[in-house]
Amino acid sequence: MSVTIRIPTQLRPLTAGEGEIVLEATTVREAIGALEAAHPGIGERLLDESGGLRRFVNLFVADEDVRFLEGLDTPLAPGQTLSVVPAVAGG
Amino acid sequence: MTSVLGLACRECGRPYPAEALHVCDFCFGPLEVVYDYEEISHKVSRESIERGPLSIWRYHELLPAHETSSIDLRAGFTPLVRAERLAEELGLGELWLKDDTRNPTGSFKDRVVAVALAKARELGFKVASCASTGNLANSVAAHAARAGMSAYVFIPSDLEHVKIAMTAIFDLKLVAVEGNYDDVNRLCAEIASEHSDWAFVNVNVRPYYSEGSKTLAFEVAEQLGWRAPDHVVVPVGSGSQLTKIHKGFHELERVGLIDDGHHVRVSGAQAEGCSPVATAFASGADQIRPVRPHTIAKSLAIGNPADGWYALQVVRETRGGMGSVSDPDIVEAIRLLARTEGIFAETAGGVTVATLGKLAREGTITKDEVVVAYITGNGLKTVEALGDTVGPSVVIPPTLEAFSAFERDQEGNKS
Repeated sequence: MSVTIRIPTQLRPLTAGEGEIVLEATTVREAIGALEAAHPGIGERLLDESGGLRRFVNLFVADEDVRFLEGLDTPLAPGQTLSVVPAVAGG
Repeated sequence: MTSVLGLACRECGRPYPAEALHVCDFCFGPLEVVYDYEEISHKVSRESIERGPLSIWRYHELLPAHETSSIDLRAGFTPLVRAERLAEELGLGELWLKDDTRNPTGSFKDRVVAVALAKARELGFKVASCASTGNLANSVAAHAARAGMSAYVFIPSDLEHVKIAMTAIFDLKLVAVEGNYDDVNRLCAEIASEHSDWAFVNVNVRPYYSEGSKTLAFEVAEQLGWRAPDHVVVPVGSGSQLTKIHKGFHELERVGLIDDGHHVRVSGAQAEGCSPVATAFASGADQIRPVRPHTIAKSLAIGNPADGWYALQVVRETRGGMGSVSDPDIVEAIRLLARTEGIFAETAGGVTVATLGKLAREGTITKDEVVVAYITGNGLKTVEALGDTVGPSVVIPPTLEAFSAFERDQEGNKS
């Protein structure tokens, strides 16, 4: 089931400049795993040593913050978009 | 400004050049401007500042951009007024109000925007942009017009009518987004990745922008006769203003302009309908849980505050407090401030004054402290929030009899 991951500028050096990556995943956690497999090094930017989402990273599924959903276990439907957005903005 | 060494990540310390960058490539932590304080301490004195312009630019040595007269609308150097009548009502001692309703577009945002756009111009940007709860939109629109820059401003579509009009009048691209501020902010963070040729004041030039809030500390210290207050009360939306006011007092001490900057206690004020930082403070949590805002204090309605974590740390470290107040309390506090001191504040000012009262009642602020409360926006912007709590005392026909009858009624009410 393919989903699209939107990559912010800060991580594009790890994706050869690509802003959107299409891969197979059914949850947010799986998507990050698949992203790491395809672009090694990107996983540790998103998850801390204990596997939790880093403090300054926000993830959105269909424009909703996954912290309001089921966190990393949030399911991804085919064709959905997962956006990775730096948390430090605004105000 | 020449004393800027660059940027550095607040979390991991990695250095970056002083360009349009706002988060660390590695850990996504916020980037902060790094200064050579040793050099600044040789350059500035109380006298050199006092000779400067009556605006934020009198502190330019401690800001990351140069004054650019083509942009300047004279933000800052607003009055610090003693509030004896309000202090008595709230059971406080020496209380001062920093009246930032009196900025060019009616809020403290003019301070941060002036710095952000001065830096944006220096970096060669032609387009100014922002995600805003309203006050920032007003300020970016006005400053961009003044600077001859084009502007894209993004707001939640349910903003107060005045804030929409006060932005749109400057003839820019005003994009009303169907969603709350956090939705707008997320959208802008994504647009910023696609439009690196735009200066998003609170995204890619945020490290410079946020430094403008330090002038709220600088001015207060100077206006108190070059000393720090004992306690400040600051409204909390993103948390940036609170952390930068704290930083401002520390910097003044560091460069030798005051000697008591590190004593300042910092308290934060939120609306009950959007109080992620106050909730974390009350529960002792070390994480800010995002919330969905629902409050009349729209300028503070940020459910996922970018600097919430740092604001929480400042409040804890300085032994300050956090309060959250209800919508009716906010309206009552706006009226109390107007009645006692002649200052008409927007909802954020109501949040601050109501919280000030709450912190006084619970003993967090004591009567022997010199207290400064920051009134950050003008009441004309949020008139809707007052609803039918204000209006004429009476409606009469144009006759002396009718007025006399009204006067008799008043006398009757008194006795």
